[in-house]
Amino acid sequence: MAARTLGSTGTRPPAARLHIDWTRCDGRGLCTELLPRELTRDRWGYPLATKSASRSDVGIGESSLDAANDAVALCPKLALTLIPTGKTG
Amino acid sequence: MSATRSVPVVQAVTPPATTNRLFVAGAAASHAAHLRSYGPLATETITNTLLVALEASGLTGRGGAGFATWRKLAAADEARADRVLRSSPIVIANGAEGEPRSTKDATLLQNSPHLVIDGLLATASAIKASQVYLYTVAENFRAVQHALNERPDARHIVLVEAAESFISGEASAVVNAIENGIALPTDRIRRLSDSGLKKRPTIVQNVETLAHIALIARYGARWFRSIGSDRDPGTRLVTVSGDVQHEGVTEVAGDTPLRDILATRGVDRSNVLAVLVGGYHGTWVAADNLGVELSAAALAPLGGHPGAGVLYVLSKQRCGLQATADIVQYLANESARQCGPCMFGLPAMAGVLTRIASGHRDPNLRRELRELSDTVAGRGSCHHPDGTARLALSALSVFADDANHHLSGRCTRQSR
Ligand code: SF4
Ligand code: SF4
Repeated sequence: MAARTLGSTGTRPPAARLHIDWTRCDGRGLCTELLPRELTRDRWGYPLATKSASRSDVGIGESSLDAANDAVALCPKLALTLIPTGKTG
Repeated sequence: MSATRSVPVVQAVTPPATTNRLFVAGAAASHAAHLRSYGPLATETITNTLLVALEASGLTGRGGAGFATWRKLAAADEARADRVLRSSPIVIANGAEGEPRSTKDATLLQNSPHLVIDGLLATASAIKASQVYLYTVAENFRAVQHALNERPDARHIVLVEAAESFISGEASAVVNAIENGIALPTDRIRRLSDSGLKKRPTIVQNVETLAHIALIARYGARWFRSIGSDRDPGTRLVTVSGDVQHEGVTEVAGDTPLRDILATRGVDRSNVLAVLVGGYHGTWVAADNLGVELSAAALAPLGGHPGAGVLYVLSKQRCGLQATADIVQYLANESARQCGPCMFGLPAMAGVLTRIASGHRDPNLRRELRELSDTVAGRGSCHHPDGTARLALSALSVFADDANHHLSGRCTRQSR
């Protein structure tokens, strides 16, 4: 169970969650290129979490934090938010 | 205050002793009839000790999600107290009832509006809310407006019209509708109880839940638990529809077996193929499982949930796959088309189900439906994709034999 929420670092819990605003995302997939370990594309192009249990708040490991920040900055639809783990709701 | 109008109020009212709790005051109950039946409730004196009673009562939300009611209120109460500027909460009574197979909320609002209003005012007082809304479809407006006009303590309740759509009652859609006039769900990072309408702590509570709160505020948690079971105390409203002689709403004890509920509506069980439990986001329960109780705990092993208390009956003359295909098509049309996976995935699911139901001999269709269901689940701003996936998967499992027949080109049920 816990294994599904792990980030890419293997054993440590994710350092942050990448929140996807589905109402904004247009599925052109820039984020999936920046975060190939965490995200793949579904058949329509929308980002699909590869490991994270939550598919709208994708677990991001320490080593992917920079890439995740890039994705947030570069997402053309402003659909992404990075939320440090620990802060809920 | 609320009870000092010209109506002679009987103080010593006996609390309801049967499962008829919510309709004791009779059809289209006036405020006077309501007070005669239930006695007065000084809602403005209610404090957050109500939350203690609600916790002890075990009341869960009757709108579909089934959360512990006290927990939701406590979250808003804490958010209020936390804020430096003490942002006062907002309470919204949700009577949108977008689920097409449910009429319980309309029945309640048209017959026992004062219980709902009492519950709304009690909740608002308990968490020191400053603004109070009642959100419902046009059909219920006259009854509700009339009831609001009957009592001076309800003057500040703002009545807002809900759109007639499946999704208009989703909590963030309710807030969006009131704030912006758009009854569509919104993306949320923070909970509504933390930051909702006007960024204030917001409670969206189903109208039936509020009616139960009105009774718990009067008669207490022990009375509430005197009916139902430990794991599902109190009563719940159930709408029975579909292939039944008498469609309609029944109030039943929590944890009542489905077959007993169907019996109250004169359903001939020998002719039942399956029952859709919980509504269009629910799960099918096969005829030989109708001994299962309508409670979250009892239905969980079947992957089900009471939802908003919907039992939709399918007779043996009908095809479960076709019925599901029709419902999924409806749900696809009701997608707010805001979120890609929901916008593309639901029509695709409807298409595959329709192909299975109409006898396409492609054994891959089943796998395709499973894959689509898995793809959409958890990938929207609301639970519409998840609920639709749950329904589709339950059809594949409950109607597995039928699916085999269909995929080999033969439907055993439809008399075509
Ligand atoms: S970059 Fe933004 S818009 Fe593009 S797929 Fe990712 S989340 Fe969606
Ligand atoms: S998941 Fe579907 S129904 Fe829900 S907000 Fe997104 S598009 Fe609308």
